[in-house]
Amino acid sequence: MDPIHQFEIKNLFPIARFGGVEIAFTNSALFMVIGLAVILLLMLGATSSRAVVPGRLQSVAEMSYEFVANTLRSSAGTEGMKFFPFVFSLFMFILVVNVIGIIPYTFTVTSHIIITVSLALLVFVTVVVYGFWKNGLHFFNLFVPKGVPIYILPLVSFIEVMSFLSRPVSHSVRLFANMLAGHITLKVFGGFVVMLGSLGFLGWLGAVLPLGLTVALTALELLVAFLQAYVFAILTCIYLNDAIHPGH
Amino acid sequence: MDPTAAKYIGAGIACIGMGGAGVGVGTIFGHYLAAALRNPSAAQGQFGNLIFGFAVTEALGIFSLLIALLLLFAL
Repeated sequence: MDPIHQFEIKNLFPIARFGGVEIAFTNSALFMVIGLAVILLLMLGATSSRAVVPGRLQSVAEMSYEFVANTLRSSAGTEGMKFFPFVFSLFMFILVVNVIGIIPYTFTVTSHIIITVSLALLVFVTVVVYGFWKNGLHFFNLFVPKGVPIYILPLVSFIEVMSFLSRPVSHSVRLFANMLAGHITLKVFGGFVVMLGSLGFLGWLGAVLPLGLTVALTALELLVAFLQAYVFAILTCIYLNDAIHPGH
Repeated sequence: MDPTAAKYIGAGIACIGMGGAGVGVGTIFGHYLAAALRNPSAAQGQFGNLIFGFAVTEALGIFSLLIALLLLFAL
């Protein structure tokens, strides 16, 4: 019962080979495709029969739209709404992929740091490129807070620059480590059930406790899956706000 | 000292940092709850700030967890 085993990448079928690097369709790619298919079916199903009084499926789509739109509008202003498709895609992708990962015997795409780093760098590069394109050199105002005495300004600017540069690290590692740690915890408690269960009748009695705890932890994981998707989206909104309005 | 033992001890020490993040996250949620009970009508508007503070505080604990994981599995 190795708790790390569940994160193993398996090649399902090879696609191409460049030099020594093999490009293959992996279980990670499979679950990304499944996640996209779920989002696509949800959105297509919700918009196929549009009604003034929404049905169940349409309500889900409308609620997720309103949820992301309100988050974006409140933290980046109405100007930020041009980034709505970007933030909505990120939020839905992370949410659906996280929730799929809770189902036993599936693979959690976001438990691999390469995926979360790609998403976080996408946000970071978007912020830097859009910030310089829209504000020019005024983008550097981000690192010079207003109202700071001149003699501590170099120190404050240095700290601001460092915190700006550490953003993609914390942005990606937060999602990755939360999913990784949550799934390892579930696996360890699941292992206790199996170990106690192999002891005989008394073990069965003892195994009830970790089994109940595993169920409760799965519920907690569902909360974490949603919360981390929301945290990723709201941090994206806050970073985009810095690009749109760089003055503090 | 045996290098493998030192690695495991280091991973254990790195996890102490998560205690600090636990204190921070508890402070944030506790103060939010206290303020929300005083003025429930203003609570909904501050939910975004709550999550932002939670995320930034939690990141520091995640960093120490990352160091522990790196020591255990990567180095």
